Amino acid sequence: MGAYLLRRVFYAVPILLGVNLLTFMLFFVVNTPDDMARMQLGMKHVSPEAIASWKQAHGYDRPLLINLQARGMDTVTETVFFDKSLRLFAFQFGQSDSGRDIGYEIGQRMMPSLAVAIPVFVIGLLVNITVAMLLVFFRASYLDIGGVVLLVVLMSISSLFYIIGGQYLVGKLFQLVPISGFADGVSGWRFIMLPVAIGVVSGLGSGARWYRTIFLEEGGKDYVRTARAKGLSELSVLFKHVLRNALIPILTGAVVVLPLLFMGSLILESFFGIPGLGSYVIDAINAQDFSIVRAMVFLGSVLYIVGLVLTDISYTLADPRIRLT
Amino acid sequence: MKALMIPLFILLTTVAISLGVTGLFDVRPVLLWTDALIMLLLLVLVFFIVQVRASAERRATWRQVLRSRIGMATAVILSCYVLVAALDSVHFRPAAQDAAGTAQRSGFYSMEVISVLDLLIMPLHDQMEKSYSAPFATRLYSKEVVVMADGSQQRLYPRLQYGGAHLADHEERRGTDIAWRVAQGAVAGTVLAVLLCGAGVLLVARRAGILPGQLSGVLCGRGGHLPWHVMMLTLSVIIVLIAVAFMLASGYHIFGTDKVGQDVFYQSLKSIRTALAIGTLTTLIMLPFALALGLMAGYFRGWIDDVIQYLYTTLNSIPGVLLIAAAVLMLQVFMAGHPEMFETDAARADMRLLFLCMILGITSWTGLCRLLRGETLKVREFDYVQAATSFGVGHLQIITRHVMPNVMHIVLISVVLDFSGLVLAEAILSYVGVGVDPSMFSWGNMINGARLELAREPVVWWSLLAAFSFMFVLVLAANLFSDVIRDAFDPKMRG
Amino acid sequence: MNDLVLKVEGLTTCFDTASGSLYAVDGVGFEICRGETLALLGESGCGKSLTAFSLMRLLPTRQARIAAGRVVLGGDDLLALPELRMRDIRGNRMAMIFQEPMTSLNPVMTVGEQIAEAVVRHGKLRGRALASRVIELLDAVGIPDAAQRSNEYPHMLSGGMKQRIMIAMALAGEPDLLIADEPTTALDVTIQAQVLELMRDLQRSKGMAILLITHDLGVVAEMADRVAVMYAGQIVEQAESRDFFASPCHPYSRKLFDSLPTIAKRHQPLAIIKGNVPPLTAAGYSGCRFATRCDMAKALCEGEIPQLQDAGPGRAVRCFAYDDRYRGQWGDGASAIIPAAAARPQQQESGADGGLLAVRDLKVYFKIQKGLFKRTVGHIKAVDGVSISIGRGRTLALVGESGCGKTTVAKAILQLQRPTSGSVLFNDVELTTLGGEALRRSRADFQIIFQDPYSSMNPRMLVGDIIQEGMIALGVEPDPKRRALKVDELLQQVGLPPEAKGRYPHEFSGGQRQRVCIARALAVNPKLIICDEPTSALDISVQAQILNLLQQLQRTTGVSYLFITHNLSVVAYLADEVAVMYLGRIVEQGRVSDVLTAPRHPYTQALISAIPVIDAGTRRETIRLEGDLPSPANPPTGCHFHVRCPQARPECSLQYPEAAILEDGRMVRCVLYPRR
Repeated sequence: MGAYLLRRVFYAVPILLGVNLLTFMLFFVVNTPDDMARMQLGMKHVSPEAIASWKQAHGYDRPLLINLQARGMDTVTETVFFDKSLRLFAFQFGQSDSGRDIGYEIGQRMMPSLAVAIPVFVIGLLVNITVAMLLVFFRASYLDIGGVVLLVVLMSISSLFYIIGGQYLVGKLFQLVPISGFADGVSGWRFIMLPVAIGVVSGLGSGARWYRTIFLEEGGKDYVRTARAKGLSELSVLFKHVLRNALIPILTGAVVVLPLLFMGSLILESFFGIPGLGSYVIDAINAQDFSIVRAMVFLGSVLYIVGLVLTDISYTLADPRIRLT
Repeated sequence: MKALMIPLFILLTTVAISLGVTGLFDVRPVLLWTDALIMLLLLVLVFFIVQVRASAERRATWRQVLRSRIGMATAVILSCYVLVAALDSVHFRPAAQDAAGTAQRSGFYSMEVISVLDLLIMPLHDQMEKSYSAPFATRLYSKEVVVMADGSQQRLYPRLQYGGAHLADHEERRGTDIAWRVAQGAVAGTVLAVLLCGAGVLLVARRAGILPGQLSGVLCGRGGHLPWHVMMLTLSVIIVLIAVAFMLASGYHIFGTDKVGQDVFYQSLKSIRTALAIGTLTTLIMLPFALALGLMAGYFRGWIDDVIQYLYTTLNSIPGVLLIAAAVLMLQVFMAGHPEMFETDAARADMRLLFLCMILGITSWTGLCRLLRGETLKVREFDYVQAATSFGVGHLQIITRHVMPNVMHIVLISVVLDFSGLVLAEAILSYVGVGVDPSMFSWGNMINGARLELAREPVVWWSLLAAFSFMFVLVLAANLFSDVIRDAFDPKMRG
Repeated sequence: MNDLVLKVEGLTTCFDTASGSLYAVDGVGFEICRGETLALLGESGCGKSLTAFSLMRLLPTRQARIAAGRVVLGGDDLLALPELRMRDIRGNRMAMIFQEPMTSLNPVMTVGEQIAEAVVRHGKLRGRALASRVIELLDAVGIPDAAQRSNEYPHMLSGGMKQRIMIAMALAGEPDLLIADEPTTALDVTIQAQVLELMRDLQRSKGMAILLITHDLGVVAEMADRVAVMYAGQIVEQAESRDFFASPCHPYSRKLFDSLPTIAKRHQPLAIIKGNVPPLTAAGYSGCRFATRCDMAKALCEGEIPQLQDAGPGRAVRCFAYDDRYRGQWGDGASAIIPAAAARPQQQESGADGGLLAVRDLKVYFKIQKGLFKRTVGHIKAVDGVSISIGRGRTLALVGESGCGKTTVAKAILQLQRPTSGSVLFNDVELTTLGGEALRRSRADFQIIFQDPYSSMNPRMLVGDIIQEGMIALGVEPDPKRRALKVDELLQQVGLPPEAKGRYPHEFSGGQRQRVCIARALAVNPKLIICDEPTSALDISVQAQILNLLQQLQRTTGVSYLFITHNLSVVAYLADEVAVMYLGRIVEQGRVSDVLTAPRHPYTQALISAIPVIDAGTRRETIRLEGDLPSPANPPTGCHFHVRCPQARPECSLQYPEAAILEDGRMVRCVLYPRR
């Protein structure tokens, strides 16, 4: 297990390097820092001096990959690539283009993101599994058929509709909860309730339908027949045998996204005014703040790779057949 | 099988109409990049159908798709969307007109690029109000200061220029007028539908030599026949709806108007092309990569597999929205820096749409590639691949003749499944601000525009309703259709 | 009769499909008494498994339903019981074990938990009593270290072990009736012998009734007290086992016997059953279901539906030939049936002429990689020094249990898997060093036929294209017109109509597909065909057709066969020489007549003794092998077989014995036969 984890960390390095190179290409090769400066300063009538001073203020005035003017190690370190991209490996995110410390912001915004993302994830998982089990228990009945149709309808509705509709109906019309905002601590539940409910509902259609397929597939296997031949009741066949095996694909599918919960949900957060990482990204995109986008791309990749490792570990926990070597 | 000729029909209709337009009017055809690709896609579709018809086995599978009533009904609905999108993909610049509306000497063309669809629904395009108006309204949504005939100023809801203009001073007759138009449209639509279906049935029955007594059985899909009655019913409903919409739209703004007074119904129709372009072109662009890399990784294994796996793990590790956002932002900067590259606004918007498709393609090929790799790993161990190897058949031949045809069902299923996801994604991306060009018609832009007005009292809801309904019908049809496809092509997944 | 456990009457189960109902089980009736074993014998698709599932009321799909009949178990009519009461009976008074022990156990529960579940369901045991009951059950089915094993997961156990666990689970409720659905079909012969012996012992000690469902006449002969033969959803013959094997009555039963390959039928064609099983729709029958395939059918057979007729004590046959009203038409029922295969002149045992293939010290190792940088920490020695040779027009059989490496040998000879070392000399050309174009061109000379006719043809290609592919790739017949003619000729050669080339593989039955595969191999005029278990996925009657075809092709084309199989009766029938493989090495090799009748190596002896035999006269004491095949990644030191060998000596564990050539020319590697 230890060796396995070590190997995964080793594998992660080239992947993160690849991510870094890719973003570097996107941000600095497709468009030069000059283009970006012009963009930031307003497109028209920008003096070369203004561009130069903007570049210097934001650290884009160095060469991209190799600094021939510098000496020794500095030929490599005194470059945009090293400063803006490689430093990310040490989680030094630097400053945003608007001049604020990105690392600090991320730390501040993580908790609000998690406050919404974790309940959505946990409640969503439970609701999806429950609905899917219910449909499988009544399989091939009208309840099942109607349920599946309903799920398809649910998944055909845009998540924007859920948000706008929910906000309008619950927040504005019935005035049950505030439309948007956030508060720390327990008192914050009023703000979180609606986004969580909407997050769960908008994921129900595809989630429950997928789980139903998994349950049905497991339910057709030979060992389920063995369980029935023992005289077990339908409920214990479903819960003790089918669910336990189906949990392997379900859990591992869920574990991948676990670390990414930190990133929050873009749409939910910005609609409900939750000061999390999701709305941070949206604000950065709208303000065209490339430093933040770059930092978030890197953070997202790291979390994804952590998710992959966690997935493998959760496999070994859920499935006795798999051992990591 | 004739039902499968629908795409061919769409293509031929589009070509015929566009030839007619360019021949009859003094216009300059404009071939946008996405237009070309959409036409290419239709051609691919026709080619695909020809292939399917040649193979008994695949024909049987497709028959199974269309045998299902849901499959037939959704296929018809999707075809209607495709037809609208195809008509909207033949662009041209009309001859420039001077202020008096008379054509100038030929050789000068308007800067505005319009499509065949615009020609067909020209009134919707032209009838601009001043600002918001509710569906079927005869007056604007907000009060304005109006100079009355006697010179005095009054704050009131001004009459619309076009909406209900034919009522003149009898606005109270609006209700009966609407009812009358609905009735007219319904009757006309029904007559048209009955005539069309009747003619179709008679034609087919005569050619196939079906006796009148057997006709009802054949039509209802008994005895292995396709459920023609479902097709005709769906088609009839659509024809009636179009007829009613036509009658209403000629007098009112069915879905109201937006901030600049543009007809929302028109916007919704124009958005269909954008949605379909994103849903299909993305796939068209990524498919060759996903297919080639997935097959290579699974077939050759070893270091090729390692490299390809590294490639898609790296791309996959970047959260999709962020990658798209980063790429689109860069594109924006690039386009802003090079305005000289685009002749018209439409060309610029189109280029952005194409790039969006590419970027979406880059982020979404990984899933398919991984699936294909897994399946290829399985297929390459099958005895028939071993047999081919033992005959000394070359790698390329083995991949194209033995492996690829046996993994294509995965491609088909995932393409159809992806489609609805991409249509939904467009709306979200436009909301985030990294979607299609703001000047382009799309449901995402409509929602995004209307969202800002949600805080208004009373609420402006019709843009949202229109966009969500058009999107919902398309996505639901696509989802149901993909279910039927999956059941037919992947018996293991059947629920 | 007080001892009656199960009485089935008129059981009918049908599948509702879009095109009408299929009567897969149609009016089946039988009785089983305490301590008795009834074998339900039949080929695939005859409805024998569905009968078992109908008894348990565990139908496989929702389309299936029990349409009629009575199933009386100890006084209760099971078909009339509500589902809740039925659950009390399943696993309690009536238990079932299945064909695939690999997939029949829940992979994420320990075997102890799974057995305990069955115990708890039908008893009131808890805590320590429960644990000891589980261990008691594991002991009863002969699992060593029961306490430890009960905490293991199914994937840690071998196939034979898993089937024992299934039996333990079935025993949990102390059932009156055990239904065993092909319990040993997925197992190797030596393991099969163990499991069958276990079932016999348990039956003796507990007095259970057993309903044994099988397609294997040998298993029936070893296990059953009475036999019921099923064909197309009906029982066509019922008899005491002894009587049945002495003289099968129904024409179908006789055909089954005649189509069995044996050493006595060498060089004669086997009897075959013409045609296919008719469709099972209710409307499809106006007469006997076997009539269209029966050699002795008369006009009457097509026009009237036969009933089961008494034909002696405890015997019933569904055939008009045993009906008093019509018996006259056939003369004396039994003797009227002419043996299908008249004796043919013995073909000369052609002497070994020039060698075609010579394999020397072939080794195929697969790396085991571990750790941070995937270091190679060991090898799986799938093939570890195999030497064989085949002469022109000869057949060598390579025999061994699953996992012994015989298929890897085939792939290494074909260079589909490059060998680690050793030499493969084909027609005096060294294949292992051949590469690229040279290897590609030489591929026409050696071809392969696979086990599974369902996966060996590309489902998306026409049969004609499949057969042509090799000819095109190897340039055998460049002219398209003549190639098309050759395809017709090949199809004719393997007994298929020329129209077959325009159809897809899925339109053919398993036997027909195997014919197409043979035609495909023949298309490039090979000198050697490797047959990798070509008949083990087929029914007995279809197997006979394929064996006949292979034999006839050898006579006409002079092709050599390397015949890979685990079925020794096929070897006895077809092969000239036989090589017995155990764990990557050949332990004994020689002429078929020598090796099979007088095996020398203890493994060969055990293997041969483990095969269930039909003829009680030739039955010998089964040499019981302990345990399972060890892993080729970590084979035992010295002789690989010594850990299971009943005749092992201390020196066996020291080093692998050298090959000894005995006086009759056979090669044996065993310390009992020192090298001279």
